[in-house]
Amino acid sequence: MSQQEHIGRLGIDTRKLGMWIFLASEIMFFTGLIGSYIVLRFANLHTWPVPSTVLNIPLTGINTFILICSSATLVLGLASVQRGYQEGLQVGLFLTVLLGSIFLGIQMHEYQELIHDGFTISSSIFGSCFFTLTGFHGAHVFAGVIWLTVVLVRSFLGYFTPEEYAGVEIVGLYWHFVDLVWIILFTILYLI
Amino acid sequence: MEETMVHKRPNYAAVFWSLLILTILEIITANAPLAKPLVVVTLVFLAMIKASLVALFYMHLKFEKFIIYLVVLFPLFLAVFLTVMVLADKHPA
Repeated sequence: MSQQEHIGRLGIDTRKLGMWIFLASEIMFFTGLIGSYIVLRFANLHTWPVPSTVLNIPLTGINTFILICSSATLVLGLASVQRGYQEGLQVGLFLTVLLGSIFLGIQMHEYQELIHDGFTISSSIFGSCFFTLTGFHGAHVFAGVIWLTVVLVRSFLGYFTPEEYAGVEIVGLYWHFVDLVWIILFTILYLI
Repeated sequence: MEETMVHKRPNYAAVFWSLLILTILEIITANAPLAKPLVVVTLVFLAMIKASLVALFYMHLKFEKFIIYLVVLFPLFLAVFLTVMVLADKHPA
């Protein structure tokens, strides 16, 4: 089935439109969490610690770099399949899965260090906000890594061609959205 | 009809390097000896540029049809509205 057969009356691939509608709900999901964070932070301005005194900013800076790289490898994979270059798609997807897994590994290491230092989800309001926001984001990255792995396997089975690559494009939309959310979380949780 | 599916290809490398440089700028700004409100405004501004770059070029929003913009802009408006409203909330000291 080619991509043309999925074009609905609006002139858009219905699978892509569905993903954008899902992402719209995700925007509101993360807005709810970030809104709660803002309310709690403003209500506790005097006791709120400077993030850099609690969190490991250089390590998270590297993790942010890794996530940005993973978005780049995925778009290069997509560009490859659009040109009919299967190996490029496979390498791009593999690197994205690898970088996403490294991101999660570093986040687990960060959690371990923080919990070891007594900074837990119940130790302070900052702790609750931090683990809730980064935890939900991490869960999204985890889901993304699993989804990308499935797409990687499908790419080896020859599912994607220059005429049919929606499977790559749609997982890409999700993955870049997760990257975009991290850009915001890194700024408001770690830097401000 | 074919053109509806094949995206114009943005300069992905330029977007990647921009994101990297903006992240470094953010870390420098966060540690700069500036007034806190100025640091916060600058960091939010830099994060918004980065988020826009990802949405416009990596997510190909720049090349999408108007209906996709509607799907995205409506919750985005609500997101900004909610954030501004909770920011304006008064809290006891």
